[in-house]
Amino acid sequence: MATLTQTIKEKTAVVNHENVSGSEAVVQSLLAEGVDLIFGYPGGAIMPVYDALYQNGKKINHILTRHEQGAIHAAEAFAKISGKPGVVFATSGPGATNLVTGLSNAKIDSTPLVCVTGQVTSNLLGFDAFQETDMIGISMPVTKWAYQITKAEDIPEAFAKAFYIASSGRPGPVLLDITKDALLQTIESFKYEKVRRISGYYPYPKTDMEKIREAANLINNAKKPLILAGQGITISGAEKELEAFANKTGIPVASTLFGLTAFPSKHPLFVGMLGMHGNYAPNIKTNEADIIIAIGMRFDDRVTGDTSKYAIKAQVIHIDIDAAEIDKNIKTKVAIVSDAKKALEKLYSLVEKNNYEDWLNEFKELAKTEIDVIISPNIHPQSESLKMAEVVHLVSELTKGDPIIVTDVGQHQMMAARYYKFMKPNSIITSGGLGTMGFGLPAAIGAKFASKNRDVILFVGDGGFQMTIQELATAWHYKIPIKIVLLNNNFLGMVRQWQQLFFDKRYACTTMHNPDFVKIAEGFGLKAAKVDERKDLKNALSEMLASDTAYLLVVEVEKEGNVFPMVPSGAAVSDMILKP
Amino acid sequence: MKEKLYTLIIVTENNIGLLNHISGVFTRRHINIRSLTASESKIKNVYTFTIVIKMTNDLVRKVAKQLEKIIGVFKVFVYNDNEIIHQELALYKLPISAIQSGINLEKIVRSHNARVLDIKDEYILIEKTGHKEDTQKLLKELEPFGVLQFIRSGRVAMAKPMKPLDDHLKEKEEAYDYF
Ligand SMILES: Cc1cc2nc3c(=O)[nH]c(=O)nc-3n(C[C@H](O)[C@H](O)[C@H](O)COP(=O)(O)OP(=O)(O)OC[C@H]3O[C@@H](n4cnc5c(N)ncnc54)[C@H](O)[C@@H]3O)c2cc1C
Ligand SMILES: Cc1ncc(C[n+]2csc(CCOP(=O)(O)OP(=O)(O)O)c2C)c(N)n1
Repeated sequence: MATLTQTIKEKTAVVNHENVSGSEAVVQSLLAEGVDLIFGYPGGAIMPVYDALYQNGKKINHILTRHEQGAIHAAEAFAKISGKPGVVFATSGPGATNLVTGLSNAKIDSTPLVCVTGQVTSNLLGFDAFQETDMIGISMPVTKWAYQITKAEDIPEAFAKAFYIASSGRPGPVLLDITKDALLQTIESFKYEKVRRISGYYPYPKTDMEKIREAANLINNAKKPLILAGQGITISGAEKELEAFANKTGIPVASTLFGLTAFPSKHPLFVGMLGMHGNYAPNIKTNEADIIIAIGMRFDDRVTGDTSKYAIKAQVIHIDIDAAEIDKNIKTKVAIVSDAKKALEKLYSLVEKNNYEDWLNEFKELAKTEIDVIISPNIHPQSESLKMAEVVHLVSELTKGDPIIVTDVGQHQMMAARYYKFMKPNSIITSGGLGTMGFGLPAAIGAKFASKNRDVILFVGDGGFQMTIQELATAWHYKIPIKIVLLNNNFLGMVRQWQQLFFDKRYACTTMHNPDFVKIAEGFGLKAAKVDERKDLKNALSEMLASDTAYLLVVEVEKEGNVFPMVPSGAAVSDMILKP
Repeated sequence: MKEKLYTLIIVTENNIGLLNHISGVFTRRHINIRSLTASESKIKNVYTFTIVIKMTNDLVRKVAKQLEKIIGVFKVFVYNDNEIIHQELALYKLPISAIQSGINLEKIVRSHNARVLDIKDEYILIEKTGHKEDTQKLLKELEPFGVLQFIRSGRVAMAKPMKPLDDHLKEKEEAYDYF
């Protein structure tokens, strides 16, 4: 590895100490960055750091999850809600490799993390020592930056870089792999200087006014414009600027899964979620729009369907902080490589006041179709069995958009996205780009650590719940009052739906013979209940919501329910179907 | 879209780990690297990778942006063959008997602007720099002598426009904010 020093150009906020061990330097570096919470799991190579943590008493709170995957997902949600990088500790070898899924998840969903892994002593590197894994090699493709520290003196600089890289520009996970000898060495003088700039790293492109003018010109002449809002709005903190921009221009706003809390769902200009299981109107209208203004979204294939039949009549304006996203999936007419907030502020003054009543009414008509054909029958069903949609709808009515909603991956995830009415910014935590089953439970725990004043409600399926179910112990151990709604269909529902629709109902390996979830939760010390009749649902939910300790509510739902509407995989968005 | 030959000049920090990262951008997309050369530059601690690939214009632009995202990469230049002066170096080892084979080796070496690097009891070593076609052509002509060994380096290239690297890097730095 190259030396670190050459890359640091500007420094601020100096902290000084004398004669500290490498592991003490790790703890001091974290303190200097204002870290007060770590999720992790100890083991041989990282033990010196745990010892330093112990000796620092209560300055940093460490949460012992029951699996390293739990630690990293918890840290991801903590980061999303708190706006600070999540910090994770794991030991070398298996401890470190257990982080890989979380690293990959955080990378694709732009989540800032600083993960610290122990490593074997540097002179054993490359010789298959006990619990040696080439973590830099493994993590390089799934991190924003990965660096191995083999000398104690490099620790402060590497940490300063790590925090800067994780949280600046397009955020992402960083991994620091520290050899055990580096942890044990002594540094004569520990000096911590925060980093404000690194050569070879360009986080914030300056907004090009020429492009802003071009975009404003297109927007001012648009007949059927549509805004696509993504997670970049949330990351940028541009919710207010988006709302002001939409109010002035009168342009309808659709969102991605991650953009759901970028714009108030009750706003008259909000036309719903895009993509495979999004709303009918914005998908159909994507192919009628003449100007599309995509802000902080990356045209994921779940959003676009067949890209050759996407936005067929539109000229696309794409605002994104990452130049590599421009023209990656969808060709743009005007590319604004910029932070969303800065771009929106500049655009605001150049766009004209307008309204598109007729165009907006067309959305409303399609929305009405969706309500009649899908939404109403789903939230007020005639069937005997409970439907996922009515459960989410009722939770939404009872909580009025106040809590943070966390989901796992599958049908329940799409139902939560579709039927929960989000009212506050930064209120949905989910695994989007990777679709990581098992994300939900640990993420709910992490979210709660970041938001003492808001309830955290997890929607999870019976499949994903069992992937990280051991984290119930973490919730109990640390008295984390999360509310878990297990939507149990006794199937790997999302996969079963595809088998029904595209594999002639051949339900290969998707049936679940499930344990008694109530007993399991009780065994972990949680309160738990089960409900399978409509008449009991409201009371059961109210009881859960009133609980001041962690609570599992198992809701037995329709076994073969489907998420509709749907853009069949490989189809055009405008070919979205309302029923099978 | 048609595939063409592109030369990528990737200007980076002096950092070993970057090679892994850079090659990952290509292997992940099943892009075959035709040649790769790493070298120092005129500026201290600034390195250049020269990579030759064959792909569509659309893809090469996307790949270049992915490369520019790597922390430690300053800038990526994408050139087609008209925009650069490029060279490769080839070495040819012939048995010493080649000298007495009756064919005029000296004439071949001269006409190709090649040169003899080394002569030992058993072999003679010839060097030629040029484009791939040129070094390949010489190989063909030397074949009758019984070539013992042949090796060719990766491409090194320089852009024709006069703008110095320092200016490019400065321009890039000024296009960004850092916090
Ligand atoms: C089962 C399943 C079904 C799914 N179905 C759907 C669906 O129907 N609809 C849907 O939308 N998604 C769906 N998804 C999620 C989908 O896979 C993607 O994760 C999601 O669409 C990405 O949303 P995004 O582009 O807004 O966010 P991200 O993927 O997080 O992209 C954010 C973009 O914003 C940019 N950015 C970051 N910071 C800034 C800043 N400060 N300023 C400007 N730009 C910035 C980034 O560079 C990036 O390009 C589904 C996922 C699963 C698992
Ligand atoms: C770790 C992982 N393995 C496999 C999958 C593929 N997968 C996507 S959704 C799904 C089914 C999820 O079932 P369940 O958790 O019961 O939720 P439901 O769809 O029934 O709501 C599967 C297996 C995945 N996304 N993640």
